[in-house]
Amino acid sequence: MMRTATLRRWYLIHRWTSLVCTLLLLMACLTGLPLVFEDELGDLLAPHVHPAQTTSGASTASLDRMVVQAREIYPALHPYAIGFDDDEPRVFVNMTATENPKSISEFHQVIFDRHSGVKLEEPKSGSSVMNAVLELHRSLFLGLPGELIMAIVALCFVASLVSGTMLYAPFMRRLRFGTYRINGPFQLRWFDLHNVVGIVTLMWMLVVGTTGLMNTLATPLFRLWRMQTMPKLLKPYHGKTKPAHVIPVDEAVRTAEERLSSMEVASVLFPNGAVGSPLHYVVWMKGETPITARLMTPALIDVETGSMTAARPLPWYLRALEVSRPLHFGDYGGTPLKILWGGFDLAATLVLVSGVYLWLKKQNPFRAELIEDANAPTVQEAGA
Amino acid sequence: MNWLKAFRAPLLMALLTLGGLTSALFGDGFWNALSWCLLAIPLLTLLWLIWIRPLRTVSKDH
Repeated sequence: MMRTATLRRWYLIHRWTSLVCTLLLLMACLTGLPLVFEDELGDLLAPHVHPAQTTSGASTASLDRMVVQAREIYPALHPYAIGFDDDEPRVFVNMTATENPKSISEFHQVIFDRHSGVKLEEPKSGSSVMNAVLELHRSLFLGLPGELIMAIVALCFVASLVSGTMLYAPFMRRLRFGTYRINGPFQLRWFDLHNVVGIVTLMWMLVVGTTGLMNTLATPLFRLWRMQTMPKLLKPYHGKTKPAHVIPVDEAVRTAEERLSSMEVASVLFPNGAVGSPLHYVVWMKGETPITARLMTPALIDVETGSMTAARPLPWYLRALEVSRPLHFGDYGGTPLKILWGGFDLAATLVLVSGVYLWLKKQNPFRAELIEDANAPTVQEAGA
Repeated sequence: MNWLKAFRAPLLMALLTLGGLTSALFGDGFWNALSWCLLAIPLLTLLWLIWIRPLRTVSKDH
């Protein structure tokens, strides 16, 4: 049995860690819900032209021909990079005027059907509602400081889950699992609700909380790694002039996919004297399964010989962080998983709201009684 | 032991959730379906405990 002093200590940890994070967690729960359904909602908020339905495994159409089409649309611009959509077979060709664009507004995008190579649309630039929701969820619109605040929130959340679990056993000693005294006093009902919803969704909250923490760490760490690694990788080629003859981008992608066989292409940066290499395509490769989808590896493909000059996989600590990330998003197992995810998200919101309610009612002696009650011997123990 | 008794059902819920969350990571098809079934159990249990059963108790009282 837990001593009253120990119980009170866990109670204080639970109260304070919860209070620190509740408001921002509530925000995270509410913004997370639409983010899980981003693909479904994306059409409502940012309608776009869909690629033709094809059977999976269809091959990619010529990227070079897509670039030629994009050049016809924007004759004054140069191809900067090609991106591949994660969700739909779409290819984004990004055109810019300079080699070192400073803001998103300098990009002009042409979107193609990945399998047929047909042009789908030229979207107007500008950020969507969902991007704003994501930025709020990730960093409160504050960039790196916001990401670190959310890391603290996630840390407090995990601490509050652990301390809440420590309180669960003593409080439930004489109660059956799932007790919900609907006819009891109002506060008792909320107390029961907080307990039952909290304990049933505990594992989901733990997983989403810890992976959320990992996410907030992985993003800045990945940026740091890229900032340290890419200049080193590209330095030997800095200041070189672009060769007159350049191999097709299709060939560069094919080489990268052959050399890194368990990976698929995520994006390609064209030969670029400012942010890339004037002598290489930088082909960013990623894993093929949900677990490895965020394991990025940049490969340098020589634009004259077509051979792979270098590839730099992520360091082990980033690999570990990235592998756990899909578990935060709930979008790796079809629509039914998303719906279940939404259910867990709503349940977690209920835990937060009931927790705040119980804290607000602190003038009531009820909680002190509960602590004493939890520590009183049970009938069997007294009789034994 | 009290501790074990209190955590028997929660532990089951936790294992079901963990199995459901991870199985969809391994692949599509069967693994996805397994994930949906496993994750549905704790949610349906919760629905029963905080919604359906209380409603039945209230209506029985009248």
